[in-house]
Amino acid sequence: MNGGPAIIVAALAYLGLLFAIAYYGDRRADQGRSLIANPYIYALSLGVYATAWTFYGSVGRAAADGVGFLPIYIGPTLMMVLWWVVVRKIVRISKGNRITSLADFVSSRYGKSALIAGLVTLIAVVGIVPYIALQLKAIAGSYTLLVSHHDAGLVAHHQTVPVLADTAFWMAILLAVFTILFGTRHLDASERHEGMVAAIAFESLVKLVAFLVVGVFVTYGVYNGVGDIFSRAAEHPRLSSLFAPLGGAAGGYVNWAWLTLLSMLAIMFLPRQFQIAVVENVNERHLTKAVWIFPLYMLAMNVFVVPIAFGGVIHFGDAGADPDSFVLTLPMAHGQEAIAMLVFIGGLSAATGMVIVETIALSTMVCNDLVVPILLRTRATYVAAQKDMTRLLLAIRRGAIVAVVLLGYLYFRLAGEAYALVAIGLISFAAVAQFAPAVIAGIYWKGATRAGALAGLSAGFAVWLYTLLLPSFAKSGWLPASFVEHGPFGVELLRPYALFGLAGFPEITHAMMWSMIANIGALCVVSVMTRADLAQQAQAARFVDVFRHADGEHALPDWKGRASIPDVEALLARFLGRERAQSALEAYAQRRGFRSLRELPADAGLVQFAETAMSGAIGGASARIMVAATLSEDAPSMEQVMAMLDEASQAMAERRELEQKSRELTAATEELRAANVRLTELDRMKDDFVSTVTHELRTPLTSIRAFSEILHDNPDIDTAERQRFLAIIIQESERLTRLINQVLDLAKLESGRAEWRVVDVDVPAVVRDAADATGQLFSAKEVPLDVRIATGIPPVRADRDRLLQVLINLLSNAAKFVDAGTGRVTVDVGRDGGNVVVGVTDNGPGIAADDRAIIFEKFRQAGDTMTGKPAGTGLGLPISRQIVEHLGGRLWVENAPGRGARFAFSVPACADGSTAVPPAEPARVR
Amino acid sequence: MKTPSTSTTARLAVLFAIGLVAFNYPVIALFDRAATAFGIPVLYVYIFGAWAALIALVAAIIGRP
Repeated sequence: MNGGPAIIVAALAYLGLLFAIAYYGDRRADQGRSLIANPYIYALSLGVYATAWTFYGSVGRAAADGVGFLPIYIGPTLMMVLWWVVVRKIVRISKGNRITSLADFVSSRYGKSALIAGLVTLIAVVGIVPYIALQLKAIAGSYTLLVSHHDAGLVAHHQTVPVLADTAFWMAILLAVFTILFGTRHLDASERHEGMVAAIAFESLVKLVAFLVVGVFVTYGVYNGVGDIFSRAAEHPRLSSLFAPLGGAAGGYVNWAWLTLLSMLAIMFLPRQFQIAVVENVNERHLTKAVWIFPLYMLAMNVFVVPIAFGGVIHFGDAGADPDSFVLTLPMAHGQEAIAMLVFIGGLSAATGMVIVETIALSTMVCNDLVVPILLRTRATYVAAQKDMTRLLLAIRRGAIVAVVLLGYLYFRLAGEAYALVAIGLISFAAVAQFAPAVIAGIYWKGATRAGALAGLSAGFAVWLYTLLLPSFAKSGWLPASFVEHGPFGVELLRPYALFGLAGFPEITHAMMWSMIANIGALCVVSVMTRADLAQQAQAARFVDVFRHADGEHALPDWKGRASIPDVEALLARFLGRERAQSALEAYAQRRGFRSLRELPADAGLVQFAETAMSGAIGGASARIMVAATLSEDAPSMEQVMAMLDEASQAMAERRELEQKSRELTAATEELRAANVRLTELDRMKDDFVSTVTHELRTPLTSIRAFSEILHDNPDIDTAERQRFLAIIIQESERLTRLINQVLDLAKLESGRAEWRVVDVDVPAVVRDAADATGQLFSAKEVPLDVRIATGIPPVRADRDRLLQVLINLLSNAAKFVDAGTGRVTVDVGRDGGNVVVGVTDNGPGIAADDRAIIFEKFRQAGDTMTGKPAGTGLGLPISRQIVEHLGGRLWVENAPGRGARFAFSVPACADGSTAVPPAEPARVR
Repeated sequence: MKTPSTSTTARLAVLFAIGLVAFNYPVIALFDRAATAFGIPVLYVYIFGAWAALIALVAAIIGRP
């Protein structure tokens, strides 16, 4: 029938078509019109789950134990019920953390541990190798079957033929080349391969159509429908027992349950499923369609499995052919070569799809999580010398693809013959199931630690190696058969298929039970016994609480924390100022439910808060880098630092400028306010002054007017009276004149317009002149004026007339306030350091302490001005003080010894003059 | 798209639990017998029927607005 070359041409043509689809898909992706951006492609591409195992192996399994193949599809269906909850979370986390593989995901969750990434990669590669062997076995077997056209089944004579003459070897090479073409033509940062996904979705359709065609042919072409097959099977002694196979089989229900669980985990954690479901996911919404389309796909794929299996057994008899190849041998036996060819292409689809996606996923992991970390550690200089890292990475990936496929071939040569297809696949399932505890705990339990995950993965993997992989080597003859039958070194308790004497279960169930106990147990126990460092806590929060952040992208930066409260506080203080940082942190602590800052844990949330708080000050990007730089061990890259410095220095410059302006503004405002206060005060003083002056002027005017009217209205007033009235009028007029003069004088002094003739003045002479000028006032009151002048009084720089004015003012004041007869006034002149001091002491009523300040104000007089008649204008002392202060001295009042007051002023002496100037000729002012 | 709506999550979780029960001992043991329905062993009828029902229910729950 079909010659070898024709089959090879058909296979190559089919692969060429796949490549064309992939190429087209990539082109569309580059143009931004994604071919795969719809939920149906996503759901179909998940069909990569159905491999040669499904295509050929399910029938074989069904022929052996009826429903035994179904848990492999019911498990994923159950998982799909939770897909929207669990896988969507994984997708969200992966997008937010730019995760590109399963190893990346697990290590990222546990603080970016390179050790965990390497371990996951190792488990994945070792675990998947048998699975790839399965595909090679199926393709090679189906090819051999088609070519040789005899009913030997899928068992090829590979162990007798040399490698170079082995179909499987050339198939392996072809697949490796093809995968390299598919997956590593160029390097994509997101590790997404749109073209490949499109091709995989197409392959899913092809294998489904092929399987349905052969199913319909067998059921309705060979037999008369499903009922016919089952009624014939009912008469078959072995098949009839398969109508109700579970209760009778060893560990039937337990086995069923474990297989369901195993495939539930496999649908999530097979590297190719993770690649398609998570990494290649374009849109989360696609999940909503996939959760029912993909199970429907599996249902359709399985409807005809039992009819084909039973039909095959009925047709060939129990010993006739390998049940794994019934889908191929049944059409061939009935001369349907076209259907046989279609089945071969369908099987090829199933196998190539698996190998392509699986090896791409594995090569990404091997490259990113195994080879590159090792290279960076051991050959850092070599890596640094590489001009084009892309070429190096692509070379590593291509090498990884070839290596994985060849390892698969090796396993196929070693152990392939000893197992049915399903058994090989289940070994791989059990291996990837070891990822489940670390991942599931990782996204739902923050307490899972790196040490726990490492312990769990290692323990589970070790048990898997011991109970599944090593026995498979034993079966192939690599290890002595006694290892399986009697345990290592004859220790029966350690038999790999009946560990610790747990016998009676199929090997997969047995291995799953022990490995899950070891894996979950180690994960939990070690996790609760170890403490996660801050970097892990941050990642844990990021993974577990991924839905709590509205935007997964805006999660924390990667940081391996060594944050402490003081660190965070210092960082914030640098950008916000100490007080604001303090109050912001305290507010945050309270919001978190802590009483004080001290109780606040330095966790991921705090760092997040710090970043957010700083974003306002230095911008989001810089805040993130700043947090990373300050609170993490990862040094930021040079570009990051430059960008940060740029942004930060710009912000700082603007800030400084603003602060400067603000300070200037504050100062100006302060000045303005002070000026305003002074103005208001001056205004009030002016008003007071005007009203006081007016009042003071009116008093004498009123008297003058009153007496003038009396004289005017009473022409017959007697002369003595008239004389008295006229005297008052004259006296009041004089007072008025004096007042006006003084007001003018004061105004001149205050405005600085007064003329000063400053010369060397001999104070004692001035004092004597003043005493002479006021002598009349004292003698009228019979008050003695005592003048005491010390010797050696130096001259002072002063305006002589003004100084005389001060002295006359003080003396006349004293004369006014002493009692007639008993009063006594003393003038003394002395030296006090560089000053000449003149004092006028009286024994009058004295000045109350309260009044001492106000008597120097204008128009203010001591005592009750309302009752006592004012004895002066109230301007004398203010004028005197102005004069003295202008001369650089000061005027004050103090209590005289005993009773009375002492007015004194000091004027600085001439710098050179310690000798008295000759007494000048007394001169008079006014 | 924020967190999955709690009602959808709860419904899916309940359906998952129902699925676990439906496809495991003891429920599955009820159909693990030699009888046939429509000429097909009841175990196969049950498994494929429950499977289809499960898919329909998932579609119904997730398809809700």
